[in-house]
Amino acid sequence: MSLDYSTSEFTIDRDRDRCIDCQVCVRQCANEAHYYDEEEQKVCSDEHKCVNCHRCVTLCPTRALSIKKHELEFRANANWTENAIKDIYKQAATGGILLTGMGNDRPYPIYWDHMLLNASQVTNPSIDPLREPMELKTFLGRKPEFLKVENGKLAEKLPPQLELEIPIMFSAMSFGSISLNTCKSMAQAASENGIMYNTGEGGLHRDLYKYGRNTIVQVASGRFGVHPGYLNAGAAIEIKIGQGAKPGIGGHLPGEKVEAEVSLTRMIPQGSDAISPAPHHDIYSIEDLRQLIFALKEATNYTKPISVKIAAVHNIAAICSGIARAGADIIAIDGYRGGTGAAPTRIRDNVGIPVELALAAVDTRLRDEGIRNQISIVCGGSVRNSADIIKAIALGADAVYIASSALLAMGCHMCQKCYTGKCNWGIATQDPNLTKRLNPEIAVKRLTNLLHAWSHEMKEMLGGMGINAIESLRGNRHMLRGIGLSDRELNILGISAAGE
Amino acid sequence: MLQREGEVRIPSGCAISGIMNKKGKTFSGVDIIRSISLMHDRSNGLGGGFAAYGIYPEYKDLYAIHMFFDDKNAKDTAEHFLNEHFDVEIGGKIPVRKVPSIVNAPIIWRYFLNPRKDKIMESELNEDEFVVRCVMNINTNMPGAFVVSSGKNMGAFKAVGYPEDVGEYYMLDTYKAYIWTAHGRFPTNTPGWWGGAHPFTLLDWSVVHNGEISSYGANARYLEMFGYKCTLQTDTEAITYIFDLLLRRHKLPLDVVITAVASPFWSEIERMTPEKQELVKAVRAVYSSLLINGPFSIILGSRNGIVALNDRIKLRSLVAATKGDYLYVASEESSIREVCAEPDRLWAPRGGEPVIGMLEGADNI
Repeated sequence: MSLDYSTSEFTIDRDRDRCIDCQVCVRQCANEAHYYDEEEQKVCSDEHKCVNCHRCVTLCPTRALSIKKHELEFRANANWTENAIKDIYKQAATGGILLTGMGNDRPYPIYWDHMLLNASQVTNPSIDPLREPMELKTFLGRKPEFLKVENGKLAEKLPPQLELEIPIMFSAMSFGSISLNTCKSMAQAASENGIMYNTGEGGLHRDLYKYGRNTIVQVASGRFGVHPGYLNAGAAIEIKIGQGAKPGIGGHLPGEKVEAEVSLTRMIPQGSDAISPAPHHDIYSIEDLRQLIFALKEATNYTKPISVKIAAVHNIAAICSGIARAGADIIAIDGYRGGTGAAPTRIRDNVGIPVELALAAVDTRLRDEGIRNQISIVCGGSVRNSADIIKAIALGADAVYIASSALLAMGCHMCQKCYTGKCNWGIATQDPNLTKRLNPEIAVKRLTNLLHAWSHEMKEMLGGMGINAIESLRGNRHMLRGIGLSDRELNILGISAAGE
Repeated sequence: MLQREGEVRIPSGCAISGIMNKKGKTFSGVDIIRSISLMHDRSNGLGGGFAAYGIYPEYKDLYAIHMFFDDKNAKDTAEHFLNEHFDVEIGGKIPVRKVPSIVNAPIIWRYFLNPRKDKIMESELNEDEFVVRCVMNINTNMPGAFVVSSGKNMGAFKAVGYPEDVGEYYMLDTYKAYIWTAHGRFPTNTPGWWGGAHPFTLLDWSVVHNGEISSYGANARYLEMFGYKCTLQTDTEAITYIFDLLLRRHKLPLDVVITAVASPFWSEIERMTPEKQELVKAVRAVYSSLLINGPFSIILGSRNGIVALNDRIKLRSLVAATKGDYLYVASEESSIREVCAEPDRLWAPRGGEPVIGMLEGADNI
C-alpha cells in the first residue's frame, strides 16, 4: 500500500480551558473524528475524519469546539487549485469515480441574485398584507383552453388539479437516501400546510400512506416500490426522467443504506445496491413517454395529474414542448444546482444549465407555441429563499420545489457527505443510532415555520408590487429587472435591465 | 429622444365617465363633455377621448373604421390594404373644429366597410375575427397607421389634449349616441401620440380605464397566446382584449367574466354553495392569468350596454347613479351631479361588484 497523500480538509479547534472531557462529541460523531484516549484520560480529535457538519460544535455543552478550514496551503496556482490536486490524489489512491452529495457548489453565476423586483410608487398603491387579503393559492394540472358554462354551471369538469395553499412543494427525496423520520416529517408538514411532498424513487413506506392526499408518488427508471396501490396512493404521479444534480444518469443508493424497511418499501433484497438505469428502459423517445403517461393515467383512472420531471439541459425548451404535447399535466424542471444524496462529482459540477435560464426559455417557448396555459411548470434546484420563489414565478413558474432548503430547515448543515450514510443529523442515513436524532415533531414544526416565514415574505413582496394574488405575478416579467447581465442573458430571461 | 407609446410602457392616472340610455334613445355629446370636463384636474392635457354608440344609424350594418395616419404614405399603404380585404362603401375625413390647444393632429379618416366575401372564405374566419386580424395587422405591421376604432354603428374620438377640448375638436355636440363614455388621461410621461389616448377599442368593445394594473405582464403574455398583439403596452388595450377573448371568443356569460377579472377572494369562495364553488374555482384556476390586479376602475362599452367595474379591493374611485332610463358612472360623484343634479339613486359600487347597464332587449353584453 502506497503512502496516502490526502490531507485534512478541516482543523478541529478544542478549547482546552473549556473542554470537560464529557465525550458528547465522541458519541455524536459518526465519522469518529473525536475519540477518548483512555491512557491520557482526555478527549482527542482526528481531524482527518472531520466533514465539518457542526454536530459536535452545536451539541458541545461548554462550547469548546470550533471547526476551521485547514490552513495547509499548496503553492499558489490558479490552474492547479487545491481541489484539483486533491481529487487526483483521491482517484489515484482508489481508482474510483469521485462521489459527492448536495447540489453543485461551483462558483457559477446565480441568476436569482442578478434579478431585482419592482415595487409600487405613486402611480399605483402598494398593498399591505397586514390589512388586505393576499392570496397564494395555486392549482397545478392541465387546464382546458376555455371553460364551458351552461345555465350558470360548469358544463365540463376540470381535469384533476393539485390545490396548493402556497406555491411551494417538497421535492423528491427517496426513503433510502433519507431516513423514514425525515420522510415522515415532510409528509406531515405538507399535509398540515396544504402542500405536497414527493416520495422520490424510494417507494412509499406503509406508515406514510395516510398522507396520500399530500403526496406525489414518483415513478423513476428503477421502478422501485411501484405497484398499483402505490400509484393510487398519492394525489399525483411524477415520472422522473432526470435530476438536476445528475442529468443523464439514474439514482444510486448504496447497499449499505438498504436495510429491512428500505428493502421492503423498494421491493429489493436487503443490502443490494439500488442502481436505477440511466434512461427508463421503456422510454427511448418522446412517443414512448406519451405511452407511459397514459399507462399511468389508465392505471389511476384519470384521477391524478401526471408530472414529468426533467433536468435542465441545453435543449430544454423544445423538450418541454414535447412533454406538454405528450400529455403531461405538470412539467418539473430541475436546475443544475439541485441537490442529491449521491452523484458523481464531475457530473454534478459540469452537466446541465441554471434553472433560471431554463425556466425562462421554457415559459417563453410554450407561450410562443400557445400552450403555456394548458400545463403547469414547477421549478427547482435551487430555491434558497422566498425572493427566489417570487422571481421564479415572475419568470413563469407556477410553483417551486424545495429540497435542500427543507433539509436545512430540519438540521442539515450542507457538509455534502450524504452518500456516506453517516449523516450526523439523522437525515441522510439509515443507521438507527443516527436516524433517531431527527425528532419528526420538531422537524414538522421547523418546516412549518419555514413555510410560514416564506409565505409572509412573499406576501410582503407581492403587496409591494401592488399584487394581491400570486397568479398575477406568474410570467409577469415586467416585475423583474436584470443587474450585471449581458444583453444575451437579459434576452433569454426576457427581462429588461435595471434602469430601463 | 422620447419613445412613442408602445415602445415603452407609460403608466397613467385618469378620469372616466359614462352615460347611457337603457331604452336606446340617442342624445348629444354635450352632457358627457360637461361631465368629464368637471374632472379637469384628474387629467393633464396629454390625452382625452370618447366612445359613442349609435352614431352611425345610416351605416349600422357596416364596420366603421376610424383611422389615424402619420402621413400620406402610411395612408396609402393602409388604404391599399383595406381595399384589398374589404368592400369599402364610403370613406372620408372625420370633420373637426379648430381648437387652439389641440395641435399636431394626424390625418384622421373613417371608412365604412365590410370584409370581402372571397377573403372571408379564404381565411376560414368569421367576419368579426377577420376584422380583428386585420386591425392587429395594421397596428402591428404598418408604421404610421393606427386603427382608432373598428365597431359597427360606433366610433372612438381621441387626441392629445384635455377631454373637453377633444370633444370640442371632434364636434361631439353634433353626434347623437345612446351610450357615451369618456376618458381624461394623466400619463406620467409625454407620449405626444394620439393613438395612445383612450378609449381603446376593438370591434364593438370600448374601454376607458383609470388605474395602473400590476398584473399587466401576466395579462398581456396570456393574451399573446391567443393571437392578440399588445402593441401599445397599455392596460386599457390589455383589458379590452381580455373582454374580447372571454365574451366574444370563449362565449362566457358576463358574470363569469367578471369572476375572472375581479375574482372573489378564496375566503369568500369557501362560503359559496358547492356548485357555485366548483364554477368559481374552475374560473380562477383556468383564467388565473386574466385576473386584473392592482387599482382600476373601468367602463366597458358595447353595442348592448356598459359594464362599470372596480378592482376587487376598490383601489380606485367609482360612482354610479340612475335617473329614469339613464345610467351614469364616473370617477367622481360631482361629475354625475354636474349633468344629473337629482339622480333617483346614487351609490359607490363595492370592489369587484359590476354596475351593468344593459340595453332593453339585450341578453348579454
